Amino acid sequence: MNTNFRVCPETGFHVHKPAELLMKANAVAAVVFLLVGGTFGLLVGLTRWPAVHLLPADQFYLVLTAHGLNVLIFWIIFFEIALLYFCSAVLLKCRLATPKLGWVAFALMLIGALLNNYIVMQGNSSVMMTSYTPMGADPLFYLSLILFAVGALIGTFIFFGTLAIAKAENTYEGSVPLVTFGATVAAIIAVFTIVSGAIILIPTFLWSVGLVAHIDPLMYRMIWWAFGHSSQQINVSAHISIWYFIAAVVFGAKPLSEKVSRTAFLMYILFLQLASVHHLLVDPGLSSNYKMFNTSYAMYLAVMASMVHGLTVPGAIEAAQRARGFNKGLFEWLTKAPWGNPVFSGMFISLVGFGFLGGITGVVMGVEQINILIHNTVYVPGHFHATVVIGTTLAFMALTYWLVPVLFRRDLVMKGLAKWQPYIFGLGMTGVSLFLMGAGTLGVPRRHWDIGFAGTGMTHDFPAAAYTMMALNGMSVVLAVVGGAAFCIIIVASLLFGRKLGEEKSSPALAAEMVTDDEYKTLHASGGITVPGTLCLTFIFFASFAAYYFINWKYLSQTWGIS
Amino acid sequence: MSISPPSDKVWWKEPIEKTELIWISIVFVWGVFMTFMMPYWHVVGDQNLPNETYRVTPEQFMAKAQGMVDQFTVGEHGPQKTPIVHPPAGSDVYLVARLWSWWPVLELEKGQSYRVHLSSLDWQHGFSLQPANINIQVVPDYEYVVNLTPDESGEYSLICNEYCGIGHHLMIGKLLVVE
Repeated sequence: MNTNFRVCPETGFHVHKPAELLMKANAVAAVVFLLVGGTFGLLVGLTRWPAVHLLPADQFYLVLTAHGLNVLIFWIIFFEIALLYFCSAVLLKCRLATPKLGWVAFALMLIGALLNNYIVMQGNSSVMMTSYTPMGADPLFYLSLILFAVGALIGTFIFFGTLAIAKAENTYEGSVPLVTFGATVAAIIAVFTIVSGAIILIPTFLWSVGLVAHIDPLMYRMIWWAFGHSSQQINVSAHISIWYFIAAVVFGAKPLSEKVSRTAFLMYILFLQLASVHHLLVDPGLSSNYKMFNTSYAMYLAVMASMVHGLTVPGAIEAAQRARGFNKGLFEWLTKAPWGNPVFSGMFISLVGFGFLGGITGVVMGVEQINILIHNTVYVPGHFHATVVIGTTLAFMALTYWLVPVLFRRDLVMKGLAKWQPYIFGLGMTGVSLFLMGAGTLGVPRRHWDIGFAGTGMTHDFPAAAYTMMALNGMSVVLAVVGGAAFCIIIVASLLFGRKLGEEKSSPALAAEMVTDDEYKTLHASGGITVPGTLCLTFIFFASFAAYYFINWKYLSQTWGIS
Repeated sequence: MSISPPSDKVWWKEPIEKTELIWISIVFVWGVFMTFMMPYWHVVGDQNLPNETYRVTPEQFMAKAQGMVDQFTVGEHGPQKTPIVHPPAGSDVYLVARLWSWWPVLELEKGQSYRVHLSSLDWQHGFSLQPANINIQVVPDYEYVVNLTPDESGEYSLICNEYCGIGHHLMIGKLLVVE
């Protein structure tokens, strides 16, 4: 037996030790940047709470820039690199390709992230994450992002290398696991994303030091969003893989059918990386035909894929629970789920929030014409706090609760708080999402320090409801930050002070017994609909989706004529 | 099992669950319907952004706007004494975005259409007409021509909703609609 591996006493996973060290480093860095970015988020929320209005304008724009970069880029991508190593080396029982290069990648990402924070703190790069030209930042701002991206690209190729090694050394039989398949989709989208980022950020860096004369602002927007939007599609593929993963380890569930779930992932590669035009729907210079094709992912085929996952993930859980005997009524399988286990509750809140809040609003605001009502209002951050925070971040948090005992062999501390953490964070972020979308519907702009326009000698009176909603948003931010801080404290304290597990098993069990084919047989014996509860939930989802879609068309039809 | 290779090696031949088939059919039809809605609205709807765009330099755009202001100014507005311009119904009107103001104040007639030309003299800005809540990106070097037809009279605010530096929140202007 290769001494570079250890066998996890609880899960039976063969863990390649050099890979494990890299996963630990990337995951810890991720949590640190979440802590930093979340702190900036608190300052943003408190400044946009009209009665508090915490920071002066210059600091607000600085902190808003730093908030976006730390949470949307650094926290998420560090975590995704750890996830890619996990889905290749651990799930395929394989050694990681070139761990040394893995450390080079980690170093580049860390240097890029630290340098970026340093430069933004200097105060002359408050250009927001999007850094639209011709507004310019310090050259090191672009350089730091390029360094980070190169590191992430190396990490992605180490994942591909590990897949190749696993295949060559026959560490698994047949096809890769579904979760690894999903991670592969995320990695393929990551390559497209990072290459797009390089195509636009390298010339912009050269422009900032005077070597390139002009960056066309429309070209910048177009290519930057091929990077900026696609990077969110990496997150979608990654967190949906995590949903399947958690359904497997908590319930012992297998997918309803491998074919459907894999085809849905495959459609992400083909269609999800369109949609950069979601950000350009009210731009000059692009034709309506192009906007309609791109914004609808060709024909809503990526939306279809997400809606399929929205059925198959809870469907897999329902089938497993029913096979185990939780058969009463439509929803016993759900009510008897382990709601006190943050691994499950975090995952399920992520699923519901991503679908109902993030998914529906994303499609509606991505309609070419409806976007006229929504572009650059606070509706937009309202939407993406549902997708990226409730969807991606909460799924990553849920997985982290599972990873700490597996990778670090330490028991979680403060389990009582951990039980509540996904609810606190989820509720806070649901508030953020709903109240920002409400205020955005009333026209409140995003990235704006003072909607009272003091000192201009002019004013615009937003409706009182808009002010109320920005205040409620501020309160929700505080609640979400309490939940986010609880997560960071639990994880850091567990790593430092958690009881060492050794060969002991942690509670709740990390890997549920797999539901056997025999158990599934009783479920299929009836022949009819095997997962009626899930089907019922998806019908509720569909009704909400359709209602909200038509309400917004109605709302659009009531504004000025535009042609 | 999602975390191990599929137990059935030829998983692509497994039958699909009935539940899945029902749902896939629904979402596919819904996707086709939503795809159809956008071009449909181009035909029957009154709110569609046009494709008419020209390249322009800040100097050229400012000169055109100045020409309109010289010809049709009817008053002044606000502390900056921004000219109020009342161009003829149906004509080409120019709105300049710059750090950090909208110029001039347009006075339009209710129910009339205007070819509103939008561009920026410096950085990117966001045309956000409130409370009508019409939002359009304003990009330097490009002149976007949008036909607008006000449907109600009153004083509208033009705020900037694309971040444009430290004075972004000071960028507010007015647009007047008269009977």
